[in-house]
Amino acid sequence: MREKKFSVIGKPLRKVDALAKTTGDTRYADDLELSRMLYGKVLRSPLPHARIRGIRTDRAAKLDGVYAVITGADLPERFGIMPSTQDEEALAGEKVRHVGDPVAAVAASSEAVAEESLKLIEVDYEPLKPILSIEEALACTEESERIHAWNRRANIQKAVSFEFGDVVQGFEQADQIFEDTFFFQGNAHLPMEQHCALAQYGPEDKLTIWSSTQTPHYLHRALSKVLKLPMSRIRVIAAPVGGGFGGKSDPFSHEMCASKLAMITGRPVKFTLTREETFYVHRGRHPVKMWIRTGVKNDGALQAMHFRSFLDGGGYSSYGLATVYYTGALQTVSYKLPAYKFEGVRVFTNKPPCGPKRGHGTPQPRFALEVHLDKIADKLGIDPIELRLKQLVEPDSITVNGLRVSTTGLRECIEKAAARAEWKKKFRQLPYGRGIGFAASAYISGAGLPIYWNGMPHSGVQIRLDRGGGITVFCGSTDIGQGSDSILAYVVAEEFGVDPADIRVVTADTDLTPVDLGSYSSRVTVMTGNAAIQACRKLKEMLVQVAGEALEVPVDDLEMAEGKVRSQSYPKRAISFAECVEKAETKFGTLGATGSYSPPKYPANYKGSGVGLTPAYSYSASIVELSCDPETAEIKVEKVWIAHDCGRAFNPLLVEGQSEGSVYMALGEALMEEQVFRKNGLHKFPSILDYKSPTTLETPEIETILIETNDPEGPYGAKEAGQGFLLPVIPAVANALFDAIGVRIDELPITPDKVLRALEGRLKPVSVPSFDFPPPIKWRPGEGVEVPQKS
Amino acid sequence: MMRKSRKESTAKLNQNGLTKRLLRFRVNGEVKEVATETNKTLLEVLREDLGLTGTKHGCELGECGTCTVLIDDEPVLSCLVLGVESEDADIVTVEGLMRDGRPHPLQRAFADLGATQCGYCIPGILLTSRALLDKNPHPTREQIREALAGNLCRCTGYTKILDAVELVVKGEVA
Repeated sequence: MREKKFSVIGKPLRKVDALAKTTGDTRYADDLELSRMLYGKVLRSPLPHARIRGIRTDRAAKLDGVYAVITGADLPERFGIMPSTQDEEALAGEKVRHVGDPVAAVAASSEAVAEESLKLIEVDYEPLKPILSIEEALACTEESERIHAWNRRANIQKAVSFEFGDVVQGFEQADQIFEDTFFFQGNAHLPMEQHCALAQYGPEDKLTIWSSTQTPHYLHRALSKVLKLPMSRIRVIAAPVGGGFGGKSDPFSHEMCASKLAMITGRPVKFTLTREETFYVHRGRHPVKMWIRTGVKNDGALQAMHFRSFLDGGGYSSYGLATVYYTGALQTVSYKLPAYKFEGVRVFTNKPPCGPKRGHGTPQPRFALEVHLDKIADKLGIDPIELRLKQLVEPDSITVNGLRVSTTGLRECIEKAAARAEWKKKFRQLPYGRGIGFAASAYISGAGLPIYWNGMPHSGVQIRLDRGGGITVFCGSTDIGQGSDSILAYVVAEEFGVDPADIRVVTADTDLTPVDLGSYSSRVTVMTGNAAIQACRKLKEMLVQVAGEALEVPVDDLEMAEGKVRSQSYPKRAISFAECVEKAETKFGTLGATGSYSPPKYPANYKGSGVGLTPAYSYSASIVELSCDPETAEIKVEKVWIAHDCGRAFNPLLVEGQSEGSVYMALGEALMEEQVFRKNGLHKFPSILDYKSPTTLETPEIETILIETNDPEGPYGAKEAGQGFLLPVIPAVANALFDAIGVRIDELPITPDKVLRALEGRLKPVSVPSFDFPPPIKWRPGEGVEVPQKS
Repeated sequence: MMRKSRKESTAKLNQNGLTKRLLRFRVNGEVKEVATETNKTLLEVLREDLGLTGTKHGCELGECGTCTVLIDDEPVLSCLVLGVESEDADIVTVEGLMRDGRPHPLQRAFADLGATQCGYCIPGILLTSRALLDKNPHPTREQIREALAGNLCRCTGYTKILDAVELVVKGEVA
């Protein structure tokens, strides 16, 4: 069968759920109501660190309208997203580790009764010394200061160290060595929808839970472990997610509690968190202190780099094991770097746990790297764009830390962004108070490895063809607004030559859909897309066989287009898709097929080489133009240009939407958003009014430039288009501010008070703690397994 | 775990000791009567008593704009208004934007231009936009920005939202 031009891919189509989202028809988790439903509430710790001496729940349980009260004793099994760091409890057992840590939960006839009953639960706390900073955590030596008991050294969750290539020689070859320190403050996802879970336990002893989750499969596993129910007895349905950004990708306490309380009471139980609770449940961006040292030739060529990161993890591990590696993994993917040393450590503190937020562990080091390069370029008297362009990573190459780069459109991204922004006319030439800044970046299109070790596919798709030509696609992927349901419809419509609006998409329901690992790490388009293509092509073989017989046309002359299967040479020789399906069902029986996708094997094999791997890297370049009032230090971003290599834009409207949302989110992180705490462990501003985020008035015009490199690993050449855009914008803001007023702010967010202090010469450089990292794992390119490239 | 053996019927009918009151107002063109607690917000009355879950909650403190509805054509945060305060009012929620079973031009423009991502803030943004266009059918982009400054969206970066409202202003919705 001949290949045809795209009829769906690349078109600015409506999302399959777009209209339902404008009419109020989309039912989010909290919009669901079941008969006899009870309302759940969680009692949370008011203390950052304390031992629980005892809990009395009898007064709460006696309150009219209360049906059950549970504590840690009812759910003793620990869980967590990463298999090796299962350190979370649905309800605290012996200890609480941050303000907001769940201690008890109730199910009652109304939210008001549930809240009232929480006041009647008596908890006897023995306060412990809270550890609230990276420095304090690293300084802990005494067992009594431990937040967790499982980790080897007090309050160090994970310390890693790597040396790639000959670092000593690299620094010796350098003409100049530059050193900088940076701090990226933590911040929150702030999805507009608060987390919600509704659980029902039926008389047939099966549990169903609807939750606003990005990862129904991982929730399925965690529920089975904690509730001690086989996975076959649990059905997880991800309701449409009202904003995720990584914040709904852990299994959560309220999901366990809703399930347990439904099992105890025999009635459906719903938990909806308040806005304040979402700030304490958190899992947002890690605060990271960073130190970077780079040796360069006088022409700017990088010789060696040494990077250290110190992550403030909060009270639990969450995704932190991956995050610490991610703060060191992708520095090598954009510019040629012959030698690289990375040391990273994640500590526990008595604050809400940090986790993955858009870019997961890579925006912090990217901020440091790109501002550092801007400083180097300035000191060497080289245009910062020229400095990058002369040493871009080549396509089809392997980086010094063993990451395989297939296609890269970074050069085109940089050149197009620079041309559109008129960089050469503006850089260092705008009047005082107005500036322009540049940065570039790379990101993964899905993690190369699953979160728990297994050899099964990362994504599965099942397609059913109906008599009458109906097509239903089943996939475990979870639409969090990014459009993953639409991606499935586009692929299947493209393959079968039908209108995407005619396809039914059933997703994120563990009873109905094959496993997809979830909406994280920008993996969904690449992985579900490939799986869907595979499933379609199995069915197409049968369809063209019967069509060829019916039309008396050789199979390789057939195409599927415009709802027909037809001869390309004689387009009038055609049968409708529906007719073709009938003939195929007559010949072959009931029609269905599955497809699956696993990422390719990778070149490196050292311990820790699993993080940073991906089927394909996306690349971005951003230019920010801003003005800064030197009197008030108020910063106004005037315009952002962003060029992104997305491999292939499945739907340019959706890709642009991801771009604009990422740029907006980056500007919030760069200029105002911060998750910070008082000395008593309380969040300084757990409300939308006080946690500042950009409105329409602070969000500038954004110009997106899409670059298509047609990656061999991507479906129709596509790479990620959900997170990578965020990365370069933050350092570009800092670099633009330097261009505008000549001061460097190496500490995010860049607020007016910091700018004023810098202008007055009172802003201190970021201090980084000293820490003895473990001896490095050493690896050189070529030491691993050779993997042939796809052609 | 403490479990109660008491029967459901002993649960308080009204947990706050407040009596219910019969409210009468017009919602999406229909006269509605609903018996509800006097301390309930309009948001709660709409969602819980009338089942109009198209109106969303984002903070319930008047900070995010998510729960915006129209009361007598003015955009109002339904989490800051008590149900009893809206007695006799003319209320429009997102469910009332359709006309004769056809989506409002704003709804079509938002769908066509990709202005909905997760969609959670969109009902409030659509209603604020409609109120703007009812008063000023030809706002500039800056005026649209001003009007929507109280409605937070975390997904879109607002760009496609502004584009969609502008498309309606230009009368170019298909």
